[in-house]
Amino acid sequence: MEQDTTKLYTFLIYSENVPGLLSQITAVFTRRQVNIESLNVCASSTPGAHKYTVTANCDERMARILTAQIEKRIEVLQAHYYTDDQLFINETALFKLSTPVMLKNPDVGRLIRFHNARIIEVNSTYAVVEITGITNDILSLFDALKSMDCVLQFVRSGRICITKSRVEHLDEYLAVREAKRNALLKN
Amino acid sequence: MEKITGAEALMRALEHEGVDVLFGYPGGSIMPTYDALYDHKKTLNHILVRHEQGAVHAAQGYARVSGKVGCAIVTSGPGATNTVTGIADAMIDSTPMVVICGQVGVAMLGTDAFQEVDVVGITSPISKWSYQIRRAEDVAWAVSRAFYIAKSGRPGPVVLDFAKNAQTGMVNYEPADVDFIRSYDPEPDVNMADIERAAKLINASVKPFVLVGQGVELGNAQEELKTLLEKADIPCGTTFLGLSAIASDHRLNMGILGMHGNLGPNVMTNQCDLLIAIGMRFDDRVTGNLATYAKQAKIIHFDIDPAEFNKNVSVDLTVLGNCKTTLAAVTKLVDTAKHTAWIEGFKPYAEKEYNKVIDRALHPTEGPLLMGEVIRKVSEAANNEGILVTDVGQNQLMACRYFKFTKHRSVVTSGGLGTMGYGLPAAIGATFGAPDRTVCLFVGDGGLQMTIQELGTIMEQGAPVKIILLNNNYLGNVRQWQEMFFAHRYSFTPMLNPDYELIAKGYGIPAKTVIERQDLDAAIAEMLATPGPYLLQCAIKEEDNVLPMTPPGANIDEMLLEIK
Repeated sequence: MEQDTTKLYTFLIYSENVPGLLSQITAVFTRRQVNIESLNVCASSTPGAHKYTVTANCDERMARILTAQIEKRIEVLQAHYYTDDQLFINETALFKLSTPVMLKNPDVGRLIRFHNARIIEVNSTYAVVEITGITNDILSLFDALKSMDCVLQFVRSGRICITKSRVEHLDEYLAVREAKRNALLKN
Repeated sequence: MEKITGAEALMRALEHEGVDVLFGYPGGSIMPTYDALYDHKKTLNHILVRHEQGAVHAAQGYARVSGKVGCAIVTSGPGATNTVTGIADAMIDSTPMVVICGQVGVAMLGTDAFQEVDVVGITSPISKWSYQIRRAEDVAWAVSRAFYIAKSGRPGPVVLDFAKNAQTGMVNYEPADVDFIRSYDPEPDVNMADIERAAKLINASVKPFVLVGQGVELGNAQEELKTLLEKADIPCGTTFLGLSAIASDHRLNMGILGMHGNLGPNVMTNQCDLLIAIGMRFDDRVTGNLATYAKQAKIIHFDIDPAEFNKNVSVDLTVLGNCKTTLAAVTKLVDTAKHTAWIEGFKPYAEKEYNKVIDRALHPTEGPLLMGEVIRKVSEAANNEGILVTDVGQNQLMACRYFKFTKHRSVVTSGGLGTMGYGLPAAIGATFGAPDRTVCLFVGDGGLQMTIQELGTIMEQGAPVKIILLNNNYLGNVRQWQEMFFAHRYSFTPMLNPDYELIAKGYGIPAKTVIERQDLDAAIAEMLATPGPYLLQCAIKEEDNVLPMTPPGANIDEMLLEIK
């Protein structure tokens, strides 16, 4: 049997802030039958540049092809792919829990404290609990709470992350491009 | 400053880009633009096609032979969706083209208005760039950016979705000259270390082989290629789109690569010790089974598009950049060499193919006319200086095999998408892109009928397309596959044909039908001597096959020379 070489890759993509790019980026994954696991889009620390954080399961060859095809879109500045060990990763989740169940079962409160989750709202009907962490921490809390039959709603954010690298690829790229623009202007 | 409409601004922006020919079809949402065009007829030669698909293919044909950006203009909704095939075709074949589509006004967007369709959404995945112009103020910038993107780097189609309010809105027009986009680097700097590595690999090779793709023509690097090949004495094979990048009879041109190419180049792909791919993308029709493709060789890939590297074939060295620059740089570093024995090694395969396939295709003495003999005779009658335009199918494969080339930019064929119906409008475009050259279109009875309405455009323009209709009363290539791989079950490939001579005459196009071999030479001579368009129908053998052939998915060096 062929060895399964797929793993979860995180794609960090920087683009100009123009409408319509998200669908162009997701289309690159769809066309190659790669399912997007999570997606986060926000303004980056570089003015005018948007940051897309996409996770997907694939093999490395596919990760490379996806990155190249994404970077080929005119308004994409840069695209890179990473494995988890190259990143600082975080996710946030919110739970809406039944207050009557919580009051009846003291294990619920213990569990929340054990996972370092925060209660941010309580009333007689429900409590809202927030947790920040990696996927497994969040899912293990979810599984435990679920088994106690107190979860009314649950939502987990897409992954956000920053690279462990000491080199800022985007800044370097933009500096090179700026130099090229200046050279063109001089001519 | 005088204020003008966005439509008038478009006219001036097109003139500023050096556009001289537009292929198009008017309609509701593009009417303000057509109204402005009325005052620019002297500078912008608008060719009215008979269907929007014809406009985009004509723009492609124009672009291929001229090296300039082809331009098509259509209305919204169905006008725009009719261009989709041509846009996809131009994308996969790297053809520079700008398609301007009308669009409903911004206030109507998203309301399912009459003839409204999400053009940017539809065309984004199949174009290099797709942009909606929503304000007259954006016209100059968007047009300049569109042409810059279409022609720079690896060329491709760009779509401008031109909202009606932007056409009628007033603007202080100033021409724009976009030559820099921060997020887009069409001419990456050449990495000299890669050039040195490439030269080292070439100098160490005793059996080098070059694969010539269309990138050589797109980069205008034909001379640089020839210099490299001759200095290092390296034989080459070409893709269909790279056919005219090097003269057919150059001593180092070993023929065509791929499924219906020549035996020698395909066999030697799997025997060389160094494969040097230049401006090509390792299409499956070129490589056959990837698991056995050139596994014995080191591979160098020269390309301007980094996304092509290691996409289909894993290579040992990539050389990014315009091959006009990279080939010249590597040529400086390669040793003058002689690979006589290696080059001689191609000969037995060429002889075998000649004896088993080519001789029979070109010199039959009895039976119905064959495609190969018609094509070679037309090519020679045009001094091998003609432009070859093909449709798709057997006519295309045979024409690419048997037409001969002495001039660059002489092949117009739908390589990647395989668009039937491409030929006739593309040939019209070619006559405008290269008005001094003979444009020979080879088309089958299937493909001709897909865009046959463009005979009206030919009639109106007097476009001198020499149409050679290879009529076998079949959808020939599908029939061949049915014969070979589907047990002769000819499922919907035989076709009852109309009287094409009568149709051509209805459009005022001189036409003749040749059935007997003895009449062929005179008919070709008459066609070429007749000014303007001409339709020459050749009644060719009905169940003829294109050989040799590598069956789909088979090893590229295992070509069938005959069907048993």
